[in-house]
Amino acid sequence: MDLLEYQGKQLFAEHGVPVPQGRHATTPKEARAAAEELGFPVVIKAQVQIGGRGKAGGIKLAKDADEAETHAEAIIGMDIRGLTVQEIWVEQASDIATEYYGAVVFDRSARKPLVMLSAEGGMDIEAVPEEKIARLHVDPLVGFLPFHGRRLAFEAAIDADVIRPVGAMLAKLYDLFVAADAMLVEVNPLIVTGDRQVVALDAKVTVDDNALMRQPAVAEMRNPSAEDPQEQMAKERGVTYVKLDGEVGILGNGAGLVMSTLDVVAQAGGRPANFLDVGGGAKAEEIVAALEVLLSDAKVKAVLFNIFGGITRCDEVARGILQALEQIDVQVPIVVRLDGTNDQEGRRILADADASQLHTAKTMLEAADMVVALAREGAAA
Amino acid sequence: MAILVDTGTRLVVQGLTGREGSFHGLRNREYGTELVAGVTPGKGGQDVEGVPIFDTVHAAVQATGANTSMVFVPPPFAADAIFESADAGIETIICITEGIPAHDMLRVYNHLLGTSSRLIGPNCPGVLSPGKANVGIIPAHFFSAGGVGLVSRSGTLTYQIGNELAQLGVGNSTIVGIGGDPVVGSSFIDVIALFEQDPETELIVMVGEIGGDEEERTAEYIAGNVTKPVVAYIAGFEAPPGKRMGHAGAIISGSSGTAQAKAEALEAKKIPVGRNPTEAARLAAERVGART
Repeated sequence: MDLLEYQGKQLFAEHGVPVPQGRHATTPKEARAAAEELGFPVVIKAQVQIGGRGKAGGIKLAKDADEAETHAEAIIGMDIRGLTVQEIWVEQASDIATEYYGAVVFDRSARKPLVMLSAEGGMDIEAVPEEKIARLHVDPLVGFLPFHGRRLAFEAAIDADVIRPVGAMLAKLYDLFVAADAMLVEVNPLIVTGDRQVVALDAKVTVDDNALMRQPAVAEMRNPSAEDPQEQMAKERGVTYVKLDGEVGILGNGAGLVMSTLDVVAQAGGRPANFLDVGGGAKAEEIVAALEVLLSDAKVKAVLFNIFGGITRCDEVARGILQALEQIDVQVPIVVRLDGTNDQEGRRILADADASQLHTAKTMLEAADMVVALAREGAAA
Repeated sequence: MAILVDTGTRLVVQGLTGREGSFHGLRNREYGTELVAGVTPGKGGQDVEGVPIFDTVHAAVQATGANTSMVFVPPPFAADAIFESADAGIETIICITEGIPAHDMLRVYNHLLGTSSRLIGPNCPGVLSPGKANVGIIPAHFFSAGGVGLVSRSGTLTYQIGNELAQLGVGNSTIVGIGGDPVVGSSFIDVIALFEQDPETELIVMVGEIGGDEEERTAEYIAGNVTKPVVAYIAGFEAPPGKRMGHAGAIISGSSGTAQAKAEALEAKKIPVGRNPTEAARLAAERVGART
């Protein structure tokens, strides 16, 4: 789960990482009141989970209350690379002397946390040359030690007078990284002010979805209205769904098999509309929930249901599909591929049923060809 | 021979009194796996269909000589269960649980480096050596004993390819699901190294997917260390960046972890990559056929 800047800064403040004073707002009036409370100048910042806010006009400086309100009005509702701005963060403007970059990353390849520091902050870190970024892996069983901070600071060649406070900030960011079950904690820019204070001017925090059960405060930060409506519906129904933009709806049992199904449909000349894993589910209500999510996408012209029966038997799945079709009205053709345990009986159950939109297949490749042809007919009709 | 589980496996199931744990634990016993104990704190002295339950893994090991554990414990407590197994000296720990926090797995992984325990999973279907032992949730009836070692990040995709191999008349030495999480106990490299040493394994099939750089690293490893033929399949060419495709570890971050990059890295080392599961199975069957 990706947090918005102001949510990340809340976590920073809780862990003793210095951040500028700020207030959250969703209307120009609220922004005006917040700015007056904070004192001028202030910065009005669009809260969206995407980079490049500044260039898109989503960050503006305001010298007085009228300007704060005008900027807020312009930014709320603004489209930034496909995302509509719904919330803003009003923050005391900082006197920036120097911009650095600091981060703690979950390095899955090394199976260790990776701490990074660079004297080249304020720009896209991917644009900073490798040799300008100091990197160090931390043993998760030992934690972040004072020498880690010193080594990073000396290797990144930051200003000598801020080596201690920058090291201290990295230590706190590491504590937060562990305490919040984060996959990423990034500060860009990490600034030194005119009076030599070290401050986190931005905050990018990603928290492990698997850990939300023990991070209730973070879990509550989720804003369903900022998510894709279909993905939101899927979450509410406990279905693993990712929306794509094609016309062939795809569901199956098991993440790997469904990923593979998307690829095979694309190889057959179709475009997948989504990824949907129904898990081991064969029960009618699970299939109904999955089909309802999938069919809420109006672009879907045909559906491929790819089942490999293991412990879940294909005849159970076939009965589940028929029961599901009694409960919901499906207008588009469905190709069901049943292979594995009791597959012949499963296909016979579907063939015997009086359901004209159902087609059955034995192999994945055959099913992919069928569903792509049916989707084309649907699109032409 | 086979790897990881075989006729010498003495299995203890952590969570045997739970619904899933008892269902799969007893299925494994039915297959022929020697299921010697279950562990559920507070239920020591009871039994599940004749299998004695102990309060701790230590007690189970002392009483039964268990050398392999299967973890069927809910995500918040699963890491603790793995630590307990390692502390009790279990050689092979197979964790089925899906949804363990990634930071828990960082600590587990780094701790196990200093022990003699080997972890398979989590978020995996387990390990099956056809005709010898099954530890996990793999539907064993498709598979017969043979010369192909199969290692995969995905469950159902493993069954799919295993079944296609079976239809081509090719059996397996061992099928290993290494799991779909960002941090798992054993990597492709760890398992392929075991297959390389296993006299029964003639050819290795690896089934990868988007996310991380394991497949790329494995390609390098195979080129330098593996004499047996390897065939690969990679899922997720159509996956968009930044979206988790079901498995916690199946995510393209920025431009890294794509299926394209993985397939190219493997092909650059002369490892054939099937375009779909059917083609991967056919490539493997042809190569096994050529050797016999």
